Amino acid sequence: MDKEPEREVPAGETVYEALKKRGVSRRDFLRFCSMMAAAIALPSVFSSRIAEALDAAKKPYVVWLEFQDCAGDTEALLRASKPTVADMLLDVLSLEYHETIMAAAGRQAEKSLQDVVRGQKGEYIAVVEGSVPVKDGGVYCCIGGRAASEIVREVCTGAMVTIAVGTCATYGGIPAAEPNPTGAVSVQKAVPGTPVVNLPGCPANVENITATIVHFLTFGSLPPLDAVGRPLFAHGKRIHDNCERRAHFDAGQFARRWGDEGHRQGWCLYELGCKGPETFQNCPTVKYNEGTSWPVQAGHGCIGCAEPAFWDRMTPFYKRLPPPPGFGVESTADSVGAGLAAVTGAALAAHGIGRLLSGGKKEGKES
Amino acid sequence: MQQKERIRVYTWEFPVRLTHWVNALSVLGLSVTGFYIGNPFMHAVSSSEYIMGWMRFIHFVSAYALLMSVAVRIYWAFAGNSYASWRAWLPLTGRQWRNLVGTLKFYLFMSRKPPRTIGHTALAGLVYLFVFGLFVFEIVSGFALYSLTHQGLLWTALGGWLTGVMHLQTIRLYHHLAMYVIAVFVAAHVYIAWYLDLTERSGLVGSIFSGDKFVTDREWE
Repeated sequence: MDKEPEREVPAGETVYEALKKRGVSRRDFLRFCSMMAAAIALPSVFSSRIAEALDAAKKPYVVWLEFQDCAGDTEALLRASKPTVADMLLDVLSLEYHETIMAAAGRQAEKSLQDVVRGQKGEYIAVVEGSVPVKDGGVYCCIGGRAASEIVREVCTGAMVTIAVGTCATYGGIPAAEPNPTGAVSVQKAVPGTPVVNLPGCPANVENITATIVHFLTFGSLPPLDAVGRPLFAHGKRIHDNCERRAHFDAGQFARRWGDEGHRQGWCLYELGCKGPETFQNCPTVKYNEGTSWPVQAGHGCIGCAEPAFWDRMTPFYKRLPPPPGFGVESTADSVGAGLAAVTGAALAAHGIGRLLSGGKKEGKES
Repeated sequence: MQQKERIRVYTWEFPVRLTHWVNALSVLGLSVTGFYIGNPFMHAVSSSEYIMGWMRFIHFVSAYALLMSVAVRIYWAFAGNSYASWRAWLPLTGRQWRNLVGTLKFYLFMSRKPPRTIGHTALAGLVYLFVFGLFVFEIVSGFALYSLTHQGLLWTALGGWLTGVMHLQTIRLYHHLAMYVIAVFVAAHVYIAWYLDLTERSGLVGSIFSGDKFVTDREWE
């Protein structure tokens, strides 16, 4: 760890020491490091580099903010049947503030947030879940009498790095969907100019959250991001291209209705509106809940939850294409096409008949 | 019908005819396969089939053909004869405007004869400009969708940049809808070619194969 920048975190144990105290063996620790190397798409030789980094890294302070959200990302993090990779890391993070799971309440809770924000300025990781309403002075989401837009600005500008988790925090998500009554915006928009990693998904995949933190602890930098701020290791590939049902797509085998023969056979869900062809996430390979399953494996098409404006643009979820504007919600592109074809056919036929009639008359006159 | 002396005029040069037919065939191929890709109406019975795979292959190959063809035709709009020139696609002169009005009147049964024209009528020129705009949109939006899996500078330049401007589903929708507009054009185009040929007796339909049109003395002047 020659280039690893020394962080001035107050006396505390390292990540590995904390894990050891919790009964994690060296072997499990190294296995975790290998998994993380795989998750951030690094060659296996980097697992030792990650291990070295975590051996030395001080437990980072983390504050977890929740605004306009459903706590789904928190749920995803906590609901695990056995100690998970994420547990391992989150147990060793100094999670100083998390409204859903912290014991402290009221002034005491707000004080612990202030302690980190004031005392550890530039040294803590801010994780934000939920969108930030900015309409009407931000009155639609207030915590301890302060607007979310004010809290997020204070916490994120002082953070070492901000990780936006879930589609609401990354792109506004459902609160920002039309007509967006609260003026909900993403963390990036609420705190312009601050480095933010976007980990969208509904919920965000815990493995990707963990891997992003590990990348940061190992290299002291953010992983490479795509055009909408998502780590390429998690969002660089299209779901459709890694889908376990892709062979059925290429063959031309499609489930056409829920519960039909094709659906029972596990054929491609394309005709049932699967948005895998327009969604970029590593769901097919990493899956959810410790690799248990993911929507397509469970027989339901992707709804594109990791993409910006998914609630407005990926709907209707069970149709291939959105309705053409100006033709009513229920019309589809094909029925508009059929209408156009009918109008054209009628116009041409009318023209042909018109010519026959007028031509006949003319010839009659001339002769 | 008309017994007047006719003059053979070499109207459509080889690149014009070639690109016309490459356009026609690739648009046909793209429409059929594109319709299947958007709405897979045939279903494979065995997983050893490759229907969607072939449809997409034909779609992509035809797309490259259309791209080349449109590029050549645009070049020829500057390098070719006066009938192929970009000037024939825009009503820039008073003569073209009179031609435009005359053509419209003829199609609406308001006059008996079409205005004397050797190359495109001014109306046809405008419509072709619109259709080429549609071709360009289909090419750009098509390569935008193609760039989702083919990440690289070429695909970004050809269409990938569009994904930063429009949502993927919006691109897909308009890529699909534009096909119907092109189909409407094809139907009208074939009908009008046949109809004008009957009226003018200029060998219009044959001219896109041979390049030659047969016009009366008066038209030639």
